[in-house]
Amino acid sequence: MTPQLEIVIIAVIVSAACSVLGVFLILRKMAMMTDAISHTILLGIVVAFFITESLTSPLLIIGAALVGLLTVYLTEALRRTRLMAEDSSIGIVFPFLFSIAIILITKYAGNIHLDVDSVLLGELVFVPFDRLIVLGRDIGAKSLYVMGTILFIDLLYVILFYKELKLVTFDAALAAVLGFSPIAIHYSLMGLVSITAVGAFEAVGSILVIAFMIGPPVSAYMITDKLRNMLILSTLIGIINSIIGYRLSVIFDVAIAGSIATVIGITFLIVFITAPKRGMLTIINSRRRRKIEYAMASLLLHLCNHENTDREEIESNRHSIYQHLNWSKKFLEKILYKALNLNYITLNNEYLKLTPKGREYAIRCYDDIGYSI
Amino acid sequence: MMSLELLLKDYTLQIVALGSAVLGAVSGVLGSFAVLRKQSLLGDAVSHAALPGIAFVFLITGIKNTEMLLLGALISGLIGTFMIIIIDQYTRIKFDSALGLTLSSFFGLGLVLLTYIQKLPNSNQAGLEHFIFGQASTLLKRDVFIMIGLGVIILLVVALFWKELKLFSFDPQFGKSIGFSNVKINVILSSITVVAIIIGLQSVGVILMSALLVAPGVAARQWTDKLSMMVILAALFGIFSGVLGTLISSLVDNMPTGPVIVVVISLIVFFSLFFASNRGIFWRHIKHGKNKRNINDSRVLINLYELALNHKDVYHPHKTEVINLTNNKDKGNANVIKRLLYLCEKGYAKRDYFDTWSITDKGIKKAKSIIDNQGGESL
Repeated sequence: MTPQLEIVIIAVIVSAACSVLGVFLILRKMAMMTDAISHTILLGIVVAFFITESLTSPLLIIGAALVGLLTVYLTEALRRTRLMAEDSSIGIVFPFLFSIAIILITKYAGNIHLDVDSVLLGELVFVPFDRLIVLGRDIGAKSLYVMGTILFIDLLYVILFYKELKLVTFDAALAAVLGFSPIAIHYSLMGLVSITAVGAFEAVGSILVIAFMIGPPVSAYMITDKLRNMLILSTLIGIINSIIGYRLSVIFDVAIAGSIATVIGITFLIVFITAPKRGMLTIINSRRRRKIEYAMASLLLHLCNHENTDREEIESNRHSIYQHLNWSKKFLEKILYKALNLNYITLNNEYLKLTPKGREYAIRCYDDIGYSI
Repeated sequence: MMSLELLLKDYTLQIVALGSAVLGAVSGVLGSFAVLRKQSLLGDAVSHAALPGIAFVFLITGIKNTEMLLLGALISGLIGTFMIIIIDQYTRIKFDSALGLTLSSFFGLGLVLLTYIQKLPNSNQAGLEHFIFGQASTLLKRDVFIMIGLGVIILLVVALFWKELKLFSFDPQFGKSIGFSNVKINVILSSITVVAIIIGLQSVGVILMSALLVAPGVAARQWTDKLSMMVILAALFGIFSGVLGTLISSLVDNMPTGPVIVVVISLIVFFSLFFASNRGIFWRHIKHGKNKRNINDSRVLINLYELALNHKDVYHPHKTEVINLTNNKDKGNANVIKRLLYLCEKGYAKRDYFDTWSITDKGIKKAKSIIDNQGGESL
């Protein structure tokens, strides 16, 4: 296996592991917990490092995962006091733990190789150098096996507890009534997020962990309404993004993690603009259509109201009607043009007159409004 | 004392402390609004979103000019903020997901640009990342003057739009209905917040800047219910932690300034959570215990009263087990005896024999008034 292929495979595995869990995080409004956890695990790594005095000990991963859970617990505890909102509690806990980690590193580990920047940014390029050697034989990059195991656990968890996760995510109260424990699901999910973040963090750095956990699920959320489809779609988006991101980083010779994160952002931007049902284009279009429809109904109803009354001449003059409707002149011209085209009104000298078709339309609109009220 | 002397003598320290104080004050004021609007983590996202701007400006100009780099950071921070606001308004995606997405993709783009710059021949890019990770000890007099200038402008804007900001923080719907434009106020508030974050980046760095924007506001919120007081207190907490953090880091070897400031302000938050008047957990706990005891006392007295009504002789004594309403005999009895002794002390009950008790005239009156008040009266 070439190092290049190994990098791509690791990126794909990490993206799948993160985006599967990320779906539940963004649905549970816990997206920023990934940001918090991926920073505070540094404290776990530092403390475990002081205990074991080795940078390769598996205790480092355990320590990091424990601090991840501690972050979740402290955030919950602060929120439960009801003295602050959830986002504030995250904003207090994570910089606090992170600062302690930085102070410990600068004060006691200044001469040891524990570079903060490299820990935070991560670099996939170096991943293939860390080999796993079993019985004297080189069987591949270590991260490949670590992340492969984590992905397997994540998938197993989501498949086994799919029903529970779904219920707790969408209706925690019902879940509690039915005898599922929302707290157990919450902590098991956050525990897996911590472990995944720790494993991935070593390989890809915390920024890409955050990008993988939030980006693909959010893009999938724009496209589909079904949880199952969202899980599949977000995994696919994650995988495709990591392959494209890696290719681009090779072409332009830039950081792999940064390049993948950028591609994730661009993917979201494209989905955000063009998604079939919830994209910007659709939303803007439908808003404009509704505005014109409403304006048309207002105009026709206005004419219909004053038809055959003694104020008809004042109310239906094309040069003054925009004042009665509180519109701009330009907008009136636009609607008039449309109404004439659709044959709803006729222009009689300077006065607007309803055609039978227009009257029918106005009456139908009136009935619709009546029903909706 | 020694630290005070140091603060008065050491010029570099004065500069750094002044810078941190200005930063603390400004971020305290703006953070109050962010906390009230439940947008505490905006600071985190914006400070990450500043990186591509810094890298881009350097890529174009090729020199490390503080003002130009800050301008780049400001522009990309603003773009990030508006993306977050647009995503939040036009889709069902939650605010926090929008934050995380913008944060990671902007920072990723920044990393891409930084590595691209590194590969360019003879580019002097070293230290560019200090802009993001921050180094308060390298603050120069000129930087502090820039900070003071921008800080004053920000505070003036807040004072000028005080009424609008207040309305917008507490009841945006009402504000809209009486004709204020929420979009305009949102843009103004976000813009000055981004400016504050950008001036903080240089001294405390990305991650810690987000703490400075949250913690003073949260701490101040515990002590008061008035917005004006909250903003002033938050500014004071910010200044205090800025100066104290700078002092500690200069007195102790190998202490990074930014993280120390964050630890100080976090401790202020924890202290406020526990001991703030009215809201603090500690006082709440005491009040809760008092209420509980009071309710139990009333319950025991009323029970005694109702038992007394069942007898011709109202002063007929009753055994402890009879008065005890709980199922737990052992623990319940001990508790009831404690309550009864308290009632005796107040003259509402009398101990007849060693475990029988009877009500007094005063007790009957009290029990009646408690019942009339539906338990609202305390003993």
